[in-house]
Amino acid sequence: MDFDYHAMRAFADSWGLLAMALFFLGVVGFVLRPGARQAADDAAAIPLKED
Amino acid sequence: MKYTTETMLVGLAAFLALLGAGFAADEPFRQHAYVLFIVLALATIVLMRRIDFSGDKMIPLRADGSGKAAAGATAASEGTTVAYLDEVVRYGVVATVFWAVVGLLVGVVIASQLAWPDLNIQPWFNFGRLRPLHTSAVIFAFGGNALLATSFHVVQRTCRARLWGGNLAWFVFWGYQLFIVMAATGYLLGITEGREYAEPEWYVDLWLTVVWVAYLAVFLGTLVKRREPHIYVANWFYLSFIVTIAMLHVVNNLSMPVSFLGAKSYSAFSGVQDALTQWWYGHNAVGFFLTAGFLGMMYYFIPKQANRPVYSYRLSIIHFWALIFLYIWAGPHHLHYTALPDWAQTLGMVFSIMLWMPSWGGMINGLMTLSGAWDKLRTDPVLRMMVMSVAFYGMSTFEGPMMSIKSVNSLSHYTDWTIGHVHSGALGWVGMISFGAVYHLTPKLWQRERLYSLRLVNWHFWLATLGIVVYAAVMWVSGIMQGLMWREYGEDGYLVYSFAETVAAMHPYYVMRMLGGVMYLAGALIMAFNVYKTIRGEIRREVPMGSALQPAE
Amino acid sequence: MTQSSNSNPALDGARPELKADPVARGILAHHGKIERNVTLLLVLSFLVVTIGGIVEIAPLFYLQNTIEKVEGMRPYSPLELAGRNIYIREGCYNCHSQMIRPFRDETERYGHYSLAAESMFDHPFQWGSKRTGPDLARVGGRYSDEWQVQHLIEPRSVVPESIMPSYGFLMQADLDMKDPAGHLAANRDVGVPYSDEMVENAAADLRAQVDPDGDTSGLLARYPKAVVADFDGNPQRLTEMDALVAYLQMLGTLVDFSAYEPQENQR
Repeated sequence: MDFDYHAMRAFADSWGLLAMALFFLGVVGFVLRPGARQAADDAAAIPLKED
Repeated sequence: MKYTTETMLVGLAAFLALLGAGFAADEPFRQHAYVLFIVLALATIVLMRRIDFSGDKMIPLRADGSGKAAAGATAASEGTTVAYLDEVVRYGVVATVFWAVVGLLVGVVIASQLAWPDLNIQPWFNFGRLRPLHTSAVIFAFGGNALLATSFHVVQRTCRARLWGGNLAWFVFWGYQLFIVMAATGYLLGITEGREYAEPEWYVDLWLTVVWVAYLAVFLGTLVKRREPHIYVANWFYLSFIVTIAMLHVVNNLSMPVSFLGAKSYSAFSGVQDALTQWWYGHNAVGFFLTAGFLGMMYYFIPKQANRPVYSYRLSIIHFWALIFLYIWAGPHHLHYTALPDWAQTLGMVFSIMLWMPSWGGMINGLMTLSGAWDKLRTDPVLRMMVMSVAFYGMSTFEGPMMSIKSVNSLSHYTDWTIGHVHSGALGWVGMISFGAVYHLTPKLWQRERLYSLRLVNWHFWLATLGIVVYAAVMWVSGIMQGLMWREYGEDGYLVYSFAETVAAMHPYYVMRMLGGVMYLAGALIMAFNVYKTIRGEIRREVPMGSALQPAE
Repeated sequence: MTQSSNSNPALDGARPELKADPVARGILAHHGKIERNVTLLLVLSFLVVTIGGIVEIAPLFYLQNTIEKVEGMRPYSPLELAGRNIYIREGCYNCHSQMIRPFRDETERYGHYSLAAESMFDHPFQWGSKRTGPDLARVGGRYSDEWQVQHLIEPRSVVPESIMPSYGFLMQADLDMKDPAGHLAANRDVGVPYSDEMVENAAADLRAQVDPDGDTSGLLARYPKAVVADFDGNPQRLTEMDALVAYLQMLGTLVDFSAYEPQENQR
């Protein structure tokens, strides 16, 4: 197969990196969006309310 | 007879093991089949006698919901309370303590063998056969049972649902113990695939796969029938640990047996591909078995013991996704400067360094859970143990990325520095958080007022901490010394030291390392005593920790 | 996930007080599904953990320059393979690496740095991770058979500083490779190029390699450079010591480095 290392490396260093960074920022943004606070607080209380 | 089917199945399996011994294609397989036969025959006898460990020899459990569940009652009351399956967790806690002592003891033995080679007893107790026994006993037997027990406990409490699958959880527990026994006896008999941390041969691997699928089913089933809208983040970590280990285990252990009644198999991959597959497995055994799973423990037991919610739940979610995404790439840092292509090495290094961030995110989240409650550390040695564990987690997740930098690795690789690093993570992080969980669970599961003695927990804490510090410091110094001696050139342009001279220079450090291990083992023995007394329902009368009248210690 | 078809499936199974709380109702209903959907959590985390493995490992199988082009590599002879299995069985890899890194001190101490090609027939690889003892990638031919045997029986009699365990029992253990052809065939199944001829002659080749007085032309034609000797010094028996020393004596000796061009194998 004609997979050249340099081509793969160039892709990984540019678009691949950008895509992963954007995805990560998206995840962070999604998790930290204002609407999630209540749900997060609610979930955080789970261990403390049983038995 | 309540377990008629089970008893017959185990008895049948014992018979098949005997057949396996009879028709074995090679000698190791025959011996191993006899071991299996003896284990299963004993299990059959025990099942037939139906020994009840919660019987009249002990102080009876309080007669409420979980007491009934312990006795195997199936009728879960459908009211507000859930009848949790706690008996299997109790067994898991006892197994955790037992295997901790065994694994650490073997560790002390092999550390002594390095200091005094005459302690090797050929062929069964030579270092080369005992070392896999040590690593498997601490990682899979001690760590694995801690994960089994705590995951079964946590998933029930945070889902407010009884374990799914009825007796399947029991199958997982006993099946896993059988895996441990077969793996351990196999090493001593010389049955090994020769892949670090994945030594068991093909048939033992297949058995573990069956058990693991059952484990996944129990865990997932419980999550599905939960009565809580959210899936608490600890369960995310547990779930990713179970799923990823399944994937790693199956791929890394692909192999071709020489005979289906023989022990020997040849791995599916060879050379460089095999090396990367193995370290993809090996590093993620660290990342998912020893990290993700134990982070699940941290996210439940620290809030629980401190009695306050985790510092930032949202940080824990970011922590989760970042950690599992990054960890899986880090394997190649075990193969720096080897015949692995450079691009893979660089990739492994970059991701290993990035791992520092989510790791410390998790550490901060664990530590900050105590913000505003730091005074509890003074009075609660169990909490102190958990916090120390997180501190060691932070330390070794800083050291790890540093060692994955190629120039650092060129010095540290092949030396005892690596061993020191592993132990600061294993003894400090994995060990301490598990001990904390055991101390938290024991009074709760056996419904005791408190532990037999908090003072003994304090002793355990200090012995363990001191042991780790001695161990890690000694290995750090000796590892760097070893690496420098190997590469030291004299003015004449020749290597200064022969290899044998570098071995001789290690001797005092090997002795000190062994002493560090003895301290840590002593702490674990104290824990075993404390847990035993607590289970028996005894309470030691002692001055409370951190009280004003406390005499100087 | 089993979710009933009422208006707000997200609240299915929630605590009654939560269901009654309008704020919780609103937020939970519009919250991301991951945290509440087991299947999604399972699938997403599995995807995330697969990416790394696929991107890193898969190219090694099709990138043609992963393994250098060298001359001299051949599969293990039956005796060497048996010895290698003993090496694995005794856990030698716990203390000895077989991977020389391209540093001046290592190449001076152990020889030419290791190539990927040199372990291309190794199922499993034995690169190791720790040098409690020295690297063994090129130990072949460095010491005499007698030295190797004596060192394995009592390491400290030849290297006083050694902390290696004794392996004297190998002298007493008859080599028990029940079905040499089966072992070769299993290796062939996972990709080692054993020919039919090699498999057929496996049992004979196993014995031929320890008999310097016998006819070894077939063995040497099939396995060039194979060392033929009565390795353990006991002609009456074919022991595990024979096999292990045969393996040690061939380690790192196969590749012809005079024909190797590092520049052409830049990776």
